[in-house]
Amino acid sequence: MSAPEWFFYGAGALSIVSALAMVLNVRNTVAAALSLVVTMIALAVIYVVLDAHLVAALQIMVYAGAIVVLFLFVVMLLNLRSDTFAPPRQRLLKAAGVVLALGVTAAFVSLVPSSLPTVRELPEGFGGYRAVGTELFTRFVLPFEVTSLLILAAVAGAVVLAKRRLD
Amino acid sequence: MVPLEHVIGLSAILFLIGAIGALTRRNLIVLLMSIELMLNAANLALVGFSRAWAEHDGHVFVLMVIVVAACEVAVGLGIVIALFRNRETVNVEDVSLLKW
Repeated sequence: MSAPEWFFYGAGALSIVSALAMVLNVRNTVAAALSLVVTMIALAVIYVVLDAHLVAALQIMVYAGAIVVLFLFVVMLLNLRSDTFAPPRQRLLKAAGVVLALGVTAAFVSLVPSSLPTVRELPEGFGGYRAVGTELFTRFVLPFEVTSLLILAAVAGAVVLAKRRLD
Repeated sequence: MVPLEHVIGLSAILFLIGAIGALTRRNLIVLLMSIELMLNAANLALVGFSRAWAEHDGHVFVLMVIVVAACEVAVGLGIVIALFRNRETVNVEDVSLLKW
């Protein structure tokens, strides 16, 4: 196995472990948010292995840098303590859930590996800021501009929601 | 190159963990974090397919998903703060008035 593959499997195992630590941690919400940071950074390592260099940099900056900080800020602002899991459901619902999960897993395992595309050779500079930026500002310029509207709406919504009095 | 099956498998596992968190946890903030985890799993699948096809479309989609995730967190946490200010709770069992 070459070095990138070692990085992929190591970071993949780390991301699974930290994601489980986030979901199963009911005692401390701050620790759950920090587990989410570890997951994000492990995913950024995987993006580098998959030649998505610009996406990896943005993953670190936006997710690990901004979004999780926002989570931590709100957790500490509200002074949250412990949490519980959902109350136990009826036995029939549990059985239906198990059957559904097994069915989806079987469909995934049987269908997905045979329908995957073959991996192609990479062109020069794949995944760098130049190549992705050229795509973003030529073919995808309209969706890119529409996201600015989305951000504007989100900023206005967040300000209105967090205001002390709604009038 | 890592086999594409393994990338998609890892993406599916992460999505599953996020879905379990979103279905079982009762803290609204942890619920939002689980949704972020599911979005990240989808991003991983997009990047993996982008690598396989040697096209940049997946990378552009990932940038869009990151924007949507950031907006969702901003609005979601605004709702959480407004909820906490009015009801002194972030437990979803306490705000289930619209549940059938």
